[in-house]
Amino acid sequence: MTDRHAGSGLESRGTKTLQDMNYEAPTSVEAAVAALAAADDEAHIFAGGTDLLVQLREEMIRPSLFVDIKRIIETRTITVDDTHVRIGAAVTGAELSEHDAAKALLPGVVEAVELIGSAQVQGRATVGGNLCNASPAADSVPALIAAGAFAQIAGPNGLRVVAVEDLLAGPSRTNLSGNEFVVSLDIPKPTTRSADAYLRFIPRTEMDIAVVGAGAAVTLDADGTCTAARLALGAVAPTARLVPAAATAMIGKKIDDTVLASVAAAARDACNPIDDKRGTVAFRIHVAGVLAIRAVKIAIERAEAK
Amino acid sequence: MNEIKTPRGGSNYQWVGKNTPRPDGVDKVTGRARYGDDMIVPGMLHGKILRSPHAHAKILSIDTSKAEALDGVKAVVTSADIPDHPMAQPPYPPIVNDFHDISRNVMAREKVLYDGHAVAAVAAISEEIARDAIKLIKVEYKVLQHILDPREAAQPDAVVLHEDLFTYGVEPKPTKPSNIFRVMHGERGDLNAGFAEADLVIEREFSSQPVHQGYIEPMACIATTSEDGAVELWTSTQGHFVQRTLLSKLLNMEMAKIRVTASEIGGGFGGKTTVYAEPLAIRLSQKTGRPVRMTMTRSEVFRATGPTVGSKTRIKVGMKKDGTITAGEAEIWYQAGAFKGSPIGRAVDTFFSPYTVANCKAAAYDVCVNRPKVAAYRAPGATMACYPMESVVNELAKELGLDPVEVRLKNAVKEGDESLMGTKHGRIGLVEVLEAVKEHPHYKAPLGDNEGRGFAVGYWLHGGGLSSAAVNLMDDGTLGVATGNPDIGGSRSSMRAMAAEELGVNVELLKPIIADTGSLGFSYLTAGSRTTYATGMAVVNATREVIDKLRALAAKKWDIPVEDVRWDAGQAIATDNYKDIKPLSLKELAGMATSMGGPVAGHSEINASGQGATFCAQLVDVEIDPDTGFTSTKRHTVFQDAGRAISPDYVEGQMQGGAVQGIGWALNEEYIYDDEARLQNTGFLDYRMPVASDVPMIDTVIIEVPNPNHPYGVRGVGEPPLVSAPAAVANAVENAIGQTMSDLPLSPPKILAALHAQAAGDD
Repeated sequence: MTDRHAGSGLESRGTKTLQDMNYEAPTSVEAAVAALAAADDEAHIFAGGTDLLVQLREEMIRPSLFVDIKRIIETRTITVDDTHVRIGAAVTGAELSEHDAAKALLPGVVEAVELIGSAQVQGRATVGGNLCNASPAADSVPALIAAGAFAQIAGPNGLRVVAVEDLLAGPSRTNLSGNEFVVSLDIPKPTTRSADAYLRFIPRTEMDIAVVGAGAAVTLDADGTCTAARLALGAVAPTARLVPAAATAMIGKKIDDTVLASVAAAARDACNPIDDKRGTVAFRIHVAGVLAIRAVKIAIERAEAK
Repeated sequence: MNEIKTPRGGSNYQWVGKNTPRPDGVDKVTGRARYGDDMIVPGMLHGKILRSPHAHAKILSIDTSKAEALDGVKAVVTSADIPDHPMAQPPYPPIVNDFHDISRNVMAREKVLYDGHAVAAVAAISEEIARDAIKLIKVEYKVLQHILDPREAAQPDAVVLHEDLFTYGVEPKPTKPSNIFRVMHGERGDLNAGFAEADLVIEREFSSQPVHQGYIEPMACIATTSEDGAVELWTSTQGHFVQRTLLSKLLNMEMAKIRVTASEIGGGFGGKTTVYAEPLAIRLSQKTGRPVRMTMTRSEVFRATGPTVGSKTRIKVGMKKDGTITAGEAEIWYQAGAFKGSPIGRAVDTFFSPYTVANCKAAAYDVCVNRPKVAAYRAPGATMACYPMESVVNELAKELGLDPVEVRLKNAVKEGDESLMGTKHGRIGLVEVLEAVKEHPHYKAPLGDNEGRGFAVGYWLHGGGLSSAAVNLMDDGTLGVATGNPDIGGSRSSMRAMAAEELGVNVELLKPIIADTGSLGFSYLTAGSRTTYATGMAVVNATREVIDKLRALAAKKWDIPVEDVRWDAGQAIATDNYKDIKPLSLKELAGMATSMGGPVAGHSEINASGQGATFCAQLVDVEIDPDTGFTSTKRHTVFQDAGRAISPDYVEGQMQGGAVQGIGWALNEEYIYDDEARLQNTGFLDYRMPVASDVPMIDTVIIEVPNPNHPYGVRGVGEPPLVSAPAAVANAVENAIGQTMSDLPLSPPKILAALHAQAAGDD
């Protein structure tokens, strides 16, 4: 989850040592916001820590303050009401995967979160952390975007709401300001004949980082015509991105092979990947189309089964 | 799943060939076993190494003053603290331990030669301070052009790593320095005549990437120096006696002043056969008078310790319509890394050795490039040569419409045949291995869509050599079995089984231990699949000495000639001439030993010879996802001649482990460098070894064709399964996608590109 440029001994990160680092664990959203407001730019939100502690160990970060948000009830709760599923930002993968209602309503989001790390990591890693770490390859993010998730963001001026696709600014960068944090994710409750799915490609079968990720959500009417659709891709651009052209290709149609070919073409058009140790540009673009089709097909099967 | 075929009708052994709970098992599952980093000594300091960010650069200056001034820093060492040594001179042995190179590998002197090369080391009162201190060391570099590709590095105009390296073994003697240290050749017969005789000749080029051994435990050691100059070293190693030899020569110290204890070891696979941080820990300990512990991070292990070589190969093989291989010619270039010494001899020996090819020639080049100096990896040098040869033999068989196993049987080497490097085979089991493949249901099992089956056979001549053992009888009839070989693959269990078999007592009465270098005669590395063979022989000898002493003790007790006392089933028994003498058990004799002459112990120090070849064949089924190029290994069966499986569970484990490492080598593992030759994947996240869910349960068929030179018929089993595994996996991929693949690893992007190229060609 981290690159190795730290640890080479090339550059010193100032004279700050671990002794200069502070830790706070507020029990309310307001107290967390206040702690952030009082801190300098090197404060970090600490949820599961599965990315953050690795970055600390690799000396990629030397925070002045860790604000642990796990004691704030709103970040630790999953609630389902008539219109939304709300997942607290510090809910872990293991907790989400054992939540029957969430699993039934949002199988794509849950399966995406379950792909993060190992069984041990699942016990710590959080949905909000995976989002805010802002890796272009984060598994939960395309699934959240496809499901239409919004982030509830707390800051000095109270709460604001931002669509997940608009929260991301680039690799390891979000549009959050330094004194804001994500409290929870609100996902519209899927209607009848509406379902989501997430797939990723890795060269192994687990314990890896997505080379390409694809999240899809579809809604069908009684005769099988698509009335709503969202497709999102991960690891093929600086941030996970929504592919509106793929939705356009599906909405108002029965999704047959011709439509799926248009979905794949739209997905490939939306790619702007890099060559790196995890995959090549050509491979990522091609596989984005393959996974887009497969994810849409799974979402359709799930919607039809409802 | 664990099938054992013993052609000579089984054995009547009580402990040899039986699975017993491993003696080191409880401590390992409870976490009590002490590995390299688990040792804590009062007053201990923490050592850290400053490493080069450049792949090739001249060191202009090093300023350590700021680091030395930092609170908590107790010492700093650079190359000035490591003795220099002259270059080794010809004639060279097969493996050159050149202390000129070792000195420069543990600490860069004039130049840094790879990303991660050690430049300085610090000892401080905490790891944090040591980490901060190395950042305060200022090094001025002049960056030089780097080179990684072994064929490019072998060109006359290539940038040269060592101005004082001249290619050895070519005439006339070169006047210009080169990256090629040495060329090794093997040749027999008449190549032109052989190719003329063939009905089909195929010539191809192949490449493979450097791969890591993948041991879980990073290198870790702790060194202590006494006021009288004696050094104690605790380290995770495959050979503490070899460590002592290397350290004594490198640091100009008397051997007796260095006592090395091998920690429990979390894997080695050849990677822990030399010194890295140990000499630095010793020098830091000598400078400070305090114990110094040094533990590498995973990133340091990847950047700065030896993986195996990457390779380029050109190979040409001719076959007749009846399957006879008439001729073979191969050239291979090995990336030695920053210093000479890649396993090229094994390459020459591997290409054609499973087969009685009358006319063949092989050449192997040892080429220096800007990567860490290679270390051994499970059958060093053989795997990269087996893959091209087996690939071409499979292609020839396919083109000629022949069965790949029948082709191997037609050409199989047998007793009396010779390998290309001149090993004359005794009793060997290649034919038995191939027959077992033919009989196995896997061989003819139907394949599904997008599936392919691969087959390959590999040859490995395992090691013998220097080994010592001691068996100590205690008053209550229990025994200690001491050897000098760190237990990596279950050797304690096998040593115990052989000693118990000799004595005719329960294995539970024997406690096997790994003795330190002060306690036993020299023992070469746990490497080369030699331990159960060579050290096992020493254990058998030492046990027999105990038995002889017990027979003598019984003879003394009974007042009869020792020739009239035999040993059977744990007892001294008088011959039939003494009907009224009741046998004395081991326990009874142990109880009377101290009062009747003294303690009873046996020891043995040997140079074991007579080791033989091991053959391992593998059948692999893979399924390819045609849309993504993803390979899934569906079924994998390993067939291997173990001579005699002393501990069948561990033989099976060795076969499975080698197969899994081969799957990784063939499909995904590679060192990825950026344009500046800096390693990009320095952890197991992006260095893609298989995880458990990537592989099927590996089936094993152990074939037992005993080696008559060993008391129990043992052949080395650890390395052979990795020789043929990548070739078999690659062949399965080739058969699944219907085209030859010549560039390992066969990662999804490569397979997908090949499928797309094929589709474009078909249109």
